[in-house]
Parts: sequence; C-alpha cells; structure tokens
Amino acid sequence: MTMLRRLLALAALALPLPLVAQEATATFGNGPVPVVVRSTTDIGIIRPVIDRFVALNPGLSITYEQWGSNALFERSRDDCRGDGPPADAVLSSAVQQMVWLVNAACALPYRSAATLALPSTRRWRDELWGVTTEPAVIAYNRRLLAAQDVPRSRFALLDALRERPEVFQDRIATYDIAESGLGFLFAYADSLEATTFGALLEGFARVDAVATCCSAEIIAGVASGRYLIAYNVLGSYVVNKALPDVGLILPEDYTLVLSRGYMIPKGAARADASARLLDFLLTAEAQALLARAGLVTQIDATDTALAVSARRYIPLSPALLVARDPNRRDLLLQFWSDTFRRAELP
Amino acid sequence: MTDRPPLDLPGRSLVSRVLGTVLALLLVGGVLVAASSWWNGRQAARQAYDRILVGAASDIAESIRVLDGAPVVDLPVSAFQLLAQAPDDRIYYAVIGPDGALVTGVDPDHIVTPPARGGGAVRYFDDALDGEPARFVQLTRRFVERDFSGPVDVIVGQTLRARQAMTRDLVLDALLPMVAAGVVMMILAFLVIRSALRPLGALVDDLAGRDPYDLTPMPTDRLPGELQVMLGAMNRFMQRLDGQVDAMRNLISDTAHQLRTPVAAIRVHTETAAAEPEGETRARAMDRLLARTRSLGTLLDQLLSRALVIHRTDSVPRTPVDLREIALEIMERDDHIALMPDAELRLEIGETPVMVRADAFSLSEAGRNLLNNALAHGQQPVSVGADLQEGEAVLWVQDSGPGPEARVLDRMGERFNRDSGTREQSTGIGLSIVHSVASAFGGRVEMTPTPDGFRAALILPAEPETP
Repeated sequence: MTMLRRLLALAALALPLPLVAQEATATFGNGPVPVVVRSTTDIGIIRPVIDRFVALNPGLSITYEQWGSNALFERSRDDCRGDGPPADAVLSSAVQQMVWLVNAACALPYRSAATLALPSTRRWRDELWGVTTEPAVIAYNRRLLAAQDVPRSRFALLDALRERPEVFQDRIATYDIAESGLGFLFAYADSLEATTFGALLEGFARVDAVATCCSAEIIAGVASGRYLIAYNVLGSYVVNKALPDVGLILPEDYTLVLSRGYMIPKGAARADASARLLDFLLTAEAQALLARAGLVTQIDATDTALAVSARRYIPLSPALLVARDPNRRDLLLQFWSDTFRRAELP
Repeated sequence: MTDRPPLDLPGRSLVSRVLGTVLALLLVGGVLVAASSWWNGRQAARQAYDRILVGAASDIAESIRVLDGAPVVDLPVSAFQLLAQAPDDRIYYAVIGPDGALVTGVDPDHIVTPPARGGGAVRYFDDALDGEPARFVQLTRRFVERDFSGPVDVIVGQTLRARQAMTRDLVLDALLPMVAAGVVMMILAFLVIRSALRPLGALVDDLAGRDPYDLTPMPTDRLPGELQVMLGAMNRFMQRLDGQVDAMRNLISDTAHQLRTPVAAIRVHTETAAAEPEGETRARAMDRLLARTRSLGTLLDQLLSRALVIHRTDSVPRTPVDLREIALEIMERDDHIALMPDAELRLEIGETPVMVRADAFSLSEAGRNLLNNALAHGQQPVSVGADLQEGEAVLWVQDSGPGPEARVLDRMGERFNRDSGTREQSTGIGLSIVHSVASAFGGRVEMTPTPDGFRAALILPAEPETP
C-alpha cells in the first residue's frame, strides 16, 4: 500500500506543474506539404502505418508528435481558443477529452464513404471518429499462474483475491486513474457498468495492488513476474510487445472496448491531408497494419471467445462529457482513494 | 404580314388561362400550407426537445447533494443519455451556486449567462453556443440545509441540429403528399377543363369551316347550357337574316309576278286608246285604263305594305298595343272611302283594354286589309271590333254576307290565289299580310261563319295589362 500512497501523493504534486510538451517527435516522408499529427500513441507502435501512408502520398511530410493525453488535451484546447497553430490531426486514446473538444466546437466535420460506414458508437457529429479497436484486458504471467488459476471474469478475480490474498499480495497492477487519462476512462466506464467496481477496488486495496501510470511499465512488470495480474490494461500494448510470458484475458462478464478518437482540429492548415489520413486509417490495408501493431484486435482470435453481448464499446457520444466533469471526477477519485485507505485500516 | 393588326393575333387559349389560374391557386395554397406546416413542425420539434432539455436539467438538479456545506453534483449519465436523443448536438451544462460561482460545468472558462432570474421555475432562452445557435433551459433548485441554503441554478443547453432535422422531416412528411396531390390535381384539372371545353372547340371548328352563305341553324344538342344560350342567340339572328333574305326574294318575285299582268293590260288599253282617234271605243279604253291604273296603285300599296309588315315584324321592337285603338284607327282612316264611299260601318269595342305585345303599324295594316276584304267581298253593314275571348285578344271584322265558299276558304291567305273567278282587284295579298302578322306575333287567323254573317278575326295572345 505504501507504494500506492506514494504514487498518489506524487500524482497530486504533479498536477499543478506546467505540463510538458510532446514526449517524442518523428518525421515521415519528405514531401513539400507539411502535416502535423499529434497523438498519444507511441511512435514505435504506429510507425508502419504512417510509413505506408507516406509511401502512398509522397507529397506529404508528416511530423508525428507523441504526447501525454492530458498535455495533448490542454494544448488542443488552447489551440482551439486561438492560442497557437493547431495540429492538422489529433489522435488520442483519452476519448472523453476528444468528445469534450468536439463539444466545444474545436473540430472540423468531414464525411466520406469510409467514415459513414463506421457504426454510430465510433462516430460523433462527423467530427470525431474511432479508428482502432482495443479491448481493456486482464494480463497475466503465464509462467507464474497456472491456466486453471487464471480468473476469466471479474467475479473470478474477486474470488481469487478473497481466497488466496497471500498469492496476490503486492502483485496486482492497474492504472493510476489520477495520473492516466486512459485509466480514468476505464475506471469511469467500470463504475457505470457494474457494482463489481467497488468490490474490486476493495479487493485491490486489501492485497496492496499497485496503481501506476503507464501501460509499458505495467506490461513489463507482468512479463518479468513482478506482477501476476494487471487489470484493465490496453491489450494493444501486450500484443505489440509480443511477450511469450504474458497471457491475455478478455473478461467474460464484460470487456470494455476502446476506439482511439481521431479529430481534425478547427483551423487545421492541411485538413485535406488529415482527411486523407483518416480515410487511409479506415481502409482494410491500414486496419491490417494496425492489427499487426496491436491497435486493432480481432476479439475472436484471443484466448477467450467473447460473447457479443459482453463487449462494451465505449461510445463516442456526449455522455462521455460526464467523465470529464470536475465534480464527477473528484467524486470518483475520492471514492478510489477512500476505498484504498479504508481497506488499509483493519 | 407586317402590317397585320395585333387584334388578329390569337389570344391565349381558354385552357391555358384556366390552367394558369388553377396553377397559381395551387401554388399560393402550397406556399401557405408549407409555411404553416413549417411553423407547426418547428413548434413540435421545439416542444419535443425542450422536454428533453428539462428532463436532463431535472436529472442534474436531482443529483445535487450538499457535502460539507457545499453543493456537489454527481452528474448523472442518464441526463446525458437523454440529451443524446439529439445525437449530433453539442451540449452545454453548468451548475451555479447561490453566490454565482460555478459548481460544475462543461467548461469553467465558458459560461453562458442566463437572462435575469424571474418567471417560472423553468426558464428557456436562446443563445449561441460556440458560434452555433442553441437552446437553453434554466432550472432552479432551492436548498435549505443546516450548513447550506440558497438557490442553485442548473443550465442545460443544446445546439439545434436535431430540432432542425425534425422540423425538416415533419415539413417534408407534410409536403410530399401535398406536392403529389397537387400534381395529380393539375393533371385532373387539365383533363377536366379540356373535356369541358371540347364542345367549344368543336363549335369553333364548325364556325371556321362554315360557308358564309349558309344561314341554316347550328346544331345545339349536347352542348352545355351556356353555349346553348349563345348558340341559340346566334341561330335566331341567322334565322332572322334568313327570313329577311327570303322576304326580299319573295317581294321581288311577287312584285314581278303581280305587276306583269296589270302593266301588260295597261299597255293594251293604252294602245287601243291610241289606235282609236275618237269615239266610244276610245272612251271605253280610257275608262278601263283608268280602272287598271287605280287597281295597280292599290296593288302597289298592298305589296309595299306587305313588305313593310314583314320587315317590321322582324326588326321593330314590340310594344304593348291596345287592339281597340287599332280598330278605331282602321275606322277613322278613309282608305275605304275611296273604295266604297257610302259604306255602312260599325265600331264594336268595350270598356276594357285589349292589350297585346306587337307592332301597332303591322296590326293596323292587317286590320285594314281585313276591312277592305270585307268591304270588297262581303255584304254591308260591316262591323269592326276588338275584345278578349278566352284569354286571347281578338281583332275582328264581320260582314253580313254568307262568306266565301268552303273551297275558296281553304285556299285563303296563300299568295297568288287569284283564280279565274275572282275579280281583278282581289290579289290575295291582303290576307297574306294578315297571316304574316298573325304568325309574326304568335297568333292565328280565323274565318268563321256566324249567325249574323261572316267573321274574319286576327287572334293574338293577350298581354297581361301592366299598370
């Protein structure tokens, strides 16, 4: 628990600090038309897709900036208010922030056959589109956890935590929801989805689960055996790392499915190029490349064949504004930290 | 062709005129209905989505709790799912505490200022949301708690896309069947008007192809009433024209026929007189010449009188005439004095007027001829009278003789019925005038023997006396 508390305190300290700009930048192609893409997706993961796009569009030179989700959101919001030149395209996994930006009239509309073919859960106002399919999974270490011991649903996970707390003591990881926009989104979606959320948090607190910030760090911990189980991590990172020791579970009670949001900011200088990139991302070829990168998961191909009714797509809709509401956010964070603290007392 | 007067240009056809009017009416009606259905649609959409706004605002207001002396909003997802009924509309919400400070909101840096408080618990207002027109509702919840009291405002707003789409759908739903009905009505109107005007077209063709000398009546059967009236007037006109032409032809042939014999006789008598220098033969020839000349004068008078009567019956407007005055006039004129200076005449008229609608001149010509016939062929004394009999007006002349033989009576009134037995003064024209007058004014001529003698009567329909 000490680690979690320390991290929480750190997160609280980190919030008022000025947000850092992009974490990394890469340039693709050397055409005369410059296009700026800002994204929360790691450059290394998406590189093949952008490479292919530039090969198809030699006139473009794409500057791909990798950002943290909160920093990207604030930058985009400031750009929208006229504080700076906006990017030509924004791609973020923190879709509640993207919905907020679209709701604040910060996006340009675009329609094509490809965008109109998207289901309504992956399209809002023709200004925000979900381009990937990524389930939130339970990752586990295959070496340390026998196949029959792997919890295949949240209820099984709860039972396991209750029955064998000593096995999981300090060896469960999940996102720190104060730190990670994505973690908060998943926790928020969980809190809407089922009553297991509170029990699960208590269970986590009882075994001193580790709340930490980043997907990469969590997956690496599972692979090394530091963690037995990681809850609600993006499957894409696991697939992409191709780690033999890490197994994936799509929880059978329900599995959250995230679709990264793509948006063309208002005032984008090369909105046409952004629209072309969007259409490309929705082609079968790009979807195959994204699947290879782990950003598109064919749910049927994984360990558990998941019932269609258990798939919970996080829809791109104004209801996601609730996830960004300051009161609601404070209440959820309060609940999160309260639960962990209460569990500490006995 | 350049100097062709513009009047000759064919006017717009009746079909295109009526169709144009119908089209204009339909268009005006369509515009009115479109405006009204747009208005209704807008009201319906506004009501529907205003309810959603209020529902969402109530949900949010319900979720306000007081925590440690401050209001806290546990924003309900259901409110936003409700707002997502308008799936493509942007949303605004804000919860404002009693001191005007924001409790929570979609964007703390962007506050939509509601109009001044007041009015009902639910207040709607229109404002822009990031440059797009939007509709807002403001709802107030009042808290009275130990550690917090005062009104908390909930403002929820939404852009208008769904409303506009609903309005558009409602208007289209209302208008499309109407446009279809309008097209069908235009087609029907075209067909109906064309079929209604088809007789007119046939009439026009008939008139255009008609020989200008053809004065026979045009067929009026199977024509609409209005056209029958028009065509009837035209037919009557043509009939009159035809009658005039006939009368003229008759006059010429009658005159030629009637004059040939007397003129030949005069020539013979004149030659005889010229050949005989003196003596009895010459005196007799001169006497005969005189008689012939006189009878020729009478004949000419009668011919002219008959032509005049036929002409007048067709062309002079009919006026109310009292037959008693006609009888009096006949008596007072002294024509017959020349014929029979010492004739014994009686006038038999009553107190009541005997009114007919006719031409006074024609009637007196007819009466005069009846009188002359009676004087010439009957026995004196001769009576002239006018009275009403069984609702008919009668102008009659009666002599005291037995009347003509039945054989003669049968042929009376025909022109040129002078047979060998009749005297040369009698031409038969007199009775023919009477018959013409009778038929022109819808009456008849009756020749009947009476106990006192023989009566010739002109019987006309009586005109009800007008005060």
